[in-house]
Amino acid sequence: MIKLEGVSKTYGAGPTAVHALKNIDLEVPKGAIHGVIGLSGAGKSTLIRCVNLLERPTEGHVIVDGQDLTQQDSEALRQSRHQLGMIFQHFNLLASRTVFDNVALPLELMGVSKGEIRERIRPLLDLTGLTDKATQYPAQLSGGQKQRVAIARALASRPKVLLCDEATSALDPQTTASILELLQDINRKLGLTILLITHEMEVVKSICHRVGLISDGELVEEADVGDFFTAPATRLGRDFLNAFLELEPPQALVERLEEAPGEHTHPVVRLAFSGANVATPLISRLARDSGVDVSILQAKVESIQGRTLGLMIAELIGTPETTSQALSQLESHDINVEVLGHVQRNA
Amino acid sequence: MSSAMLELILEATFDTLYMVALSGAVSAVIGIPLGVLLYVTRPGQILAQPAAQRVLGIVTNIGRSIPFIILMVAIIPFTRLVVGSSIGTNAAIVPLIIAAIPFVARLVEGALNEIPPGLIEAAQAMGATPLQIITKVLLPEAKGGIINGLTITVVTLVSYSAMAGAVGGGGLGDLGIRYGYNRFEPLIMLITVAILVVMVQGFQSLGDRLVRKADHK
Repeated sequence: MIKLEGVSKTYGAGPTAVHALKNIDLEVPKGAIHGVIGLSGAGKSTLIRCVNLLERPTEGHVIVDGQDLTQQDSEALRQSRHQLGMIFQHFNLLASRTVFDNVALPLELMGVSKGEIRERIRPLLDLTGLTDKATQYPAQLSGGQKQRVAIARALASRPKVLLCDEATSALDPQTTASILELLQDINRKLGLTILLITHEMEVVKSICHRVGLISDGELVEEADVGDFFTAPATRLGRDFLNAFLELEPPQALVERLEEAPGEHTHPVVRLAFSGANVATPLISRLARDSGVDVSILQAKVESIQGRTLGLMIAELIGTPETTSQALSQLESHDINVEVLGHVQRNA
Repeated sequence: MSSAMLELILEATFDTLYMVALSGAVSAVIGIPLGVLLYVTRPGQILAQPAAQRVLGIVTNIGRSIPFIILMVAIIPFTRLVVGSSIGTNAAIVPLIIAAIPFVARLVEGALNEIPPGLIEAAQAMGATPLQIITKVLLPEAKGGIINGLTITVVTLVSYSAMAGAVGGGGLGDLGIRYGYNRFEPLIMLITVAILVVMVQGFQSLGDRLVRKADHK
């Protein structure tokens, strides 16, 4: 449904040029919820704004539903934009219009008749839970209600795609959850393709099917959400995941961590296992079979879209031979093992 | 006070209201579009025309920097061209309009400045044309600010119109100078000032009420 081909965006020129996006390829199939996550300034916003050409890419093509938007003239682009609903972090509702009139705006712009507007908006207000708010002004609404109005407005032109620019970043956790639920509901009921950008792992975890990781204008990693949460391929991905799961080794241990193994050191590992492995008594089996002692420093079980994910930080205590044997045994069980470092015993 | 005096005061009040109302209306009709133009032709805006915008900005600033009393005298040939005479109430209205247009334009531009840029972006994302953005987003969203600006303009016009006596325009300011000052009749001076105060208060509270009605913030 959405296809970005070699999209680059550069601001300015010469030595002071800022390369906000570098050669991005991205494909979002019809009906998918695709997330792009990244830190502030990574280029997330530029990326999503390139999809409806609020920012015109310096290079590359943006293809939505088979139409190359970058090749369209301004009139054709305006027509195409009716296929692309968008919601924003700060809602961007018109303060001078009631809820009903805000939702009606895109239809007014398209020249839809008053009668038809009324007919089309009622079900949208029902869908977004705003039926009794139709005559209120945005200033009278809470943040979550405002975003619901924005969602109803984005859906008014019956788009094929919904772009969400940090749509929940200004909301509290509870409201975030209800907005995400609504987005998921819309995705299922209307078969709407959703591309969202966020810096919150919670958003990715709750509703995305696939996730891309953007860093410094580059898409550095892309995976199904279950895989991303089990075994991120990049350092940044792991940082995001660890921060999200609050799975960091204790500070006292971090200070003692050494990068290379020494004569009397033990490896500290981060283990991630999913599916059937969660239910297996792996650790006690490992201790028995390889003869290493396992000191568990932190452990957590998470449920991510129906998949169970176990995470653990542990110190493997044994001889260099037995610990390396233990590591390969873990890997053979399809467990994602990352050696965080080595600690001196009894230091 | 003699009935002749009373008549004089009534006439002067009417002249002031006439000058303020007409120049306020005409300068709003011209100044609002000009203010919108100043805003939408800025670099990065929906109808960006940086060169034209600069020229327009400079012209506006020149209009605003000429002291009214000088402007009134300087454009006498133009005034004569427009109203056929360089003296009288109508002759005073021409410079009042010329002075108020750039004033309104800058105040409107300022009101548009207050609109969060995200709203324009949202409208663009919906496929709005620049004209639709102006009529459906910019003007309705800035309505309160624009009314506020027009109120300030009207109050300023009340004070400018007091100088209309310089071209025989009449009005309360002129009456105050001729009778209150030149003939040393403090009562007349007091009355004209009092009427002006009431007038300004009235315009201001009317403006405030309209702003409150327009704003849903």
